Amino acid sequence: MQESESGARHTPLYALHQELGGKMVPFAGYALPVQYAAGIMAEHKQARTQAALFDVSHMGQLRLEGDDRVAVLEALVPAELAALGPNRQRYSYFTAPDGGILDDLMISNQGDWLSLVVNAACKAEDIAHLQAHLSGDARLTVEEERALIALQGPAASAVLARHAPGIETMRFMQAEPVEIAGIPCRASRSGYTGEDGYEISVPAERAEDLARLLLGEPEVEASGLGARDSLRLEAGLCLYGHDIDRTTSPIEADLAWAIQKRRRAEGGFPGAETILKQLAEGPPRRRVGLRPEGRAPMREGTRLKDGAGQDVGHVTSGGFGPTLGAPVAMGYVAAAAAAEGTELQAEVRGKLLPCRVAAMPFVQHNYYRG
Amino acid sequence: MSGHVYTEDHEWLAVEGDVATVGISDHAQEQLGDIVFIELPDVGKQLEKGSEAAVVESVKAASEIYAPADGEVLEVNEALTEEPGQVNSDAEGGGWFFKMKLSDPGQVADLMDAAAYKSFVEG
Repeated sequence: MQESESGARHTPLYALHQELGGKMVPFAGYALPVQYAAGIMAEHKQARTQAALFDVSHMGQLRLEGDDRVAVLEALVPAELAALGPNRQRYSYFTAPDGGILDDLMISNQGDWLSLVVNAACKAEDIAHLQAHLSGDARLTVEEERALIALQGPAASAVLARHAPGIETMRFMQAEPVEIAGIPCRASRSGYTGEDGYEISVPAERAEDLARLLLGEPEVEASGLGARDSLRLEAGLCLYGHDIDRTTSPIEADLAWAIQKRRRAEGGFPGAETILKQLAEGPPRRRVGLRPEGRAPMREGTRLKDGAGQDVGHVTSGGFGPTLGAPVAMGYVAAAAAAEGTELQAEVRGKLLPCRVAAMPFVQHNYYRG
Repeated sequence: MSGHVYTEDHEWLAVEGDVATVGISDHAQEQLGDIVFIELPDVGKQLEKGSEAAVVESVKAASEIYAPADGEVLEVNEALTEEPGQVNSDAEGGGWFFKMKLSDPGQVADLMDAAAYKSFVEG
């Protein structure tokens, strides 16, 4: 990866973003497009209706090898990995000894190694954390020379199948090596939009070829970080550093589904005692979806009050949902105020505006499960 | 737009006598991107130059619009409540925000004309 004069790193697609008119902004140390000329709204709808291409090369791609790889990683995350089949992927998070979340990540079983995809902002700390806990013959490699491209939307599979016949049969959360137009890649059928789609790890020097190939298809348009954020918000997916962090437990964050049965029984991950106790007894507060009744977006940090005017929590992500044509938000509220349908008041610029606890996802997931 | 004058905060004003129509410039709407919500001041509100007069929210973020001069809000563009996107499609026409009665029309005498604003934006 290259570095610009401003210090922001460039992904292998930097020149292409500029050529496409991307509005470049600093994000987690990288210069990335927040949007292109079409704008966030159009780019969002592109992913919901056709296919959108996102550069997510800023994310960390790590390779954990050795016979002890599963034991090493299970000691740091609460996911069941011993029983994760070949070419299967799973969502997880690194937990802290006090039960907080250090980062969330995707883990896939690539046969004789595990692939980890971590957040850009946490990448350096995650690598140090993993290295400090390596044991036996486990080895960690950072795949610096790879890019990551997400193709998301209902047309993604048909588009890719033109260049990689058979890729359309992959199921949600399947991850495997695949050649796309002769380019050696690793694809997973997953994403961060709630739509069907793929994340494609590609050697850095072929990333632009692959991106141009896909953008040349009539269904595909480039989309930026802005649309990626509104898409994941509508899909009810957490953004690390906002909806989850060191101060939120996975149970509070409503991510208990990612702790599989054996791990619930055995523990053996950092903070297990606190997390499993909360799982059994219920957390003091909970991450919930919020639907404002008016049109005003409720942004991160907005305070939430109950009917009696008591402070019950705050918004952690909020904005406008282009698919819904209405504002949406998520945040943490006291357990007593977390039931779906609970009416709350949000303090926006000194005014109390009504909103309601709502089920997530706000827009139904559209995954391909075979 | 001819006849409009502009502030360094990217607002435009159309001044007739002591009444100014205020909106945000086409350049500003382009920078903000898709606008999804606008909070307008109450009619009758006394604005002080530089104080918050309105809020514009795009998909990504909220931005404050500051009063370009002292004065009283006479009328607001209610249509923007239902159709905030009008600011994107017609920022310096149908996308006007509010009309105000200027306490001191001299406060807007030195604002930039369209040509000066254009070079201000292009830096």
